[in-house]
Amino acid sequence: MSEPMRLINETGAVVGDGLPEPEVLLDGYRALVLARRLNAQAEALVRQGRLAVYPSSHGQEACQVAAAAVLADTDWLFPTYRDVAAIAARGVDPLDVLMMLRGDWHCGYDPLATRVAPQATPLATQLPHAVGVGHAARLKGEDTVVMALCGDGATSEGDFHEALNFAAVFASPVVFLVQNNKYAISVPLARQSAAESLAAKGAGYGMPAVLVDGNDLAALTVVLSEAVARARRGGGPTLVEADTYRIRAHTNADDPSRYRTDDEVDEWRPRDPLLRLRAHLTSTGALTPEREAEFAAAAEEMAAHVRAGMGEETALDPAELFAHVYSTPTPQLREQAALLAAELNEVRS
Amino acid sequence: MTEKPTMIQALNRALHDAMAADESVVVFGEDVGPLGGVFRVTDGLTATFGGNRCFDTPLAEAGIVGVAVGMAMNGMRPVVEMQFDAFAYPAFEQIVSHVAKIGNRTRGRVRLPMVIRVPYGGGIGGVEHHCDSSEAYYAHTPGLLVVTPATNTDAYGLLRAAIEHPDPVVFLEPKRQYFTREELDQDPVPPIGRAVVRREGGDATLIAYGPTVPVALAAAEQAAAEGRDLGVVDIRSIVPFDDETVTAAVRRTGRAVVVAEAPGFASVASEIAARVSERCFHHLEAPVRRVTGFDVPYPPPKLERHHLPGVDRILDAVDDLQWDET
Ligand SMILES: Cc1ncc(C[n+]2csc(CCOP(=O)(O)OP(=O)(O)O)c2C)c(N)n1
Repeated sequence: MSEPMRLINETGAVVGDGLPEPEVLLDGYRALVLARRLNAQAEALVRQGRLAVYPSSHGQEACQVAAAAVLADTDWLFPTYRDVAAIAARGVDPLDVLMMLRGDWHCGYDPLATRVAPQATPLATQLPHAVGVGHAARLKGEDTVVMALCGDGATSEGDFHEALNFAAVFASPVVFLVQNNKYAISVPLARQSAAESLAAKGAGYGMPAVLVDGNDLAALTVVLSEAVARARRGGGPTLVEADTYRIRAHTNADDPSRYRTDDEVDEWRPRDPLLRLRAHLTSTGALTPEREAEFAAAAEEMAAHVRAGMGEETALDPAELFAHVYSTPTPQLREQAALLAAELNEVRS
Repeated sequence: MTEKPTMIQALNRALHDAMAADESVVVFGEDVGPLGGVFRVTDGLTATFGGNRCFDTPLAEAGIVGVAVGMAMNGMRPVVEMQFDAFAYPAFEQIVSHVAKIGNRTRGRVRLPMVIRVPYGGGIGGVEHHCDSSEAYYAHTPGLLVVTPATNTDAYGLLRAAIEHPDPVVFLEPKRQYFTREELDQDPVPPIGRAVVRREGGDATLIAYGPTVPVALAAAEQAAAEGRDLGVVDIRSIVPFDDETVTAAVRRTGRAVVVAEAPGFASVASEIAARVSERCFHHLEAPVRRVTGFDVPYPPPKLERHHLPGVDRILDAVDDLQWDET
């Protein structure tokens, strides 16, 4: 289990069997270009003060894209704060995804309509929910599969253990994708786990586990598709560890120079998920300059949409603070809403 | 240091001095080592005292607090950091079932001299789970001491006192004041369990703690300009609670408003209002008022200003204290 499963290496050369069809890879490459552009756009919005904070997935886009691409419309995605690009790849409007980080509301999309759970900030807490959604689907006789994302740090939390154990015992249709980007803010992987790999933990739960190159979209697509197919036919959960790297700081508020060297980051740059897939697709002739230009244009259009949306001030109604706490506001909340309304009236008059 | 220190630097100095004074003091948690904590409260501790005295742990709050319990049982004084208020909840079982109870369960044979530091409260534009006022959960749990400083001098002194205390202390740091620069007086260390009068006033008493102390002081300042003389009491030690100081202050004025950021229902503010009513009934000119956060989950950044008790809301409550009828 020590070497990650890989199909396309850093130079773009094919190094394994069972490569996905060229059209699948070309679609994947297009999604990577959009994901990278979305990361860059959000990072720029932070610098301009239009987003409060952004945990970038720059460098991890292959995981983001593959996690969304292998799911059917009826499946579910359980993302973390770092998985904005995965949610967008699933088809949710990036502006809705960014609403939380913009500070307007805690979740900007409808989880039931999109089948994307709210982005989880308390680490690993979403994983038992993912198992619950999968378990309910089984009980209802549906063939839904749930893709649950987390980072390497989150694997140390109790909820990670409880979720994986539950899923294995009930053969729940869940794929746990751990994006091992080597750091939990400043804390390196060696402080999280003494196991040979995070995938090695699967054995302890009695669940199949795969270590895959997290910057190789082809390998991820194959591994995650297999895991999804197994879950769908009742074969239970899979643990997938994606070997990747967080190129950016944890968030814009973080100073990585305190805990890692630039040299280490530079070592990872050539392993970039876009570079290698572009090299591969260019060498096979599948990616023509025309297609490349087309993808770039689509990415620019998406970025312009995000910029325009961010430029508009959303009208927020303070009364909404009281509207959703319960299905029907309590008498006390109605009183408090009236108090705030009176205060705001006074300010205005 | 020529510039006045921030509250972060005051806390950092307290940790530094406590570690230098007593080698059984150990600091651990998430990102507290080389990074120095996400707020830099533990900055420099690993460099100065080594990786055995200040270290990063796996990302597991229940584990951090549970391990601290065992270390405290074995002669050490752990000071652990929960990165943010809401990220202490995975450790809730350890705190409520064990940290709070071991002394009592063992008839006092096992004491746990440990400190759980929790940056808490809002007003910093943080996204959800980074702004909770969680003091009521801890204050409601017998066996835990709960303190919260409002000044840099108290931040230093109360943290030193908490580390020296034989019982477990939940140390709540108002992150809204983290960057406030103030004189720091390191001597003497204030005792845990004493409130302090921050401003004398004859007309009414504002009772606050942690992040609402500066707000109450600002309200008193504005009231003075409008001809009303408000006193301000800073609770600073929620458990044990200083009935004596609070009761004396309210008896002098006959009117009181409790100001706290947490939702008001079943809150520390409610406890304070009840105690004041019981002890000062015959001195009161009006019912004790509470000005608190609304009973809603902490709002998103763009709406938090509507939630947080501000000067206007405090002064409106003061205006309501039945002045006409006296
Ligand atoms: C329960 C909990 N504890 C602490 C935090 C604070 N925190 C936010 S992100 C983070 C590091 C997470 O690392 P990892 O799981 O590897 O994911 P990554 O950020 O690298 O994607 C920490 C400690 C949190 N969000 N939730």
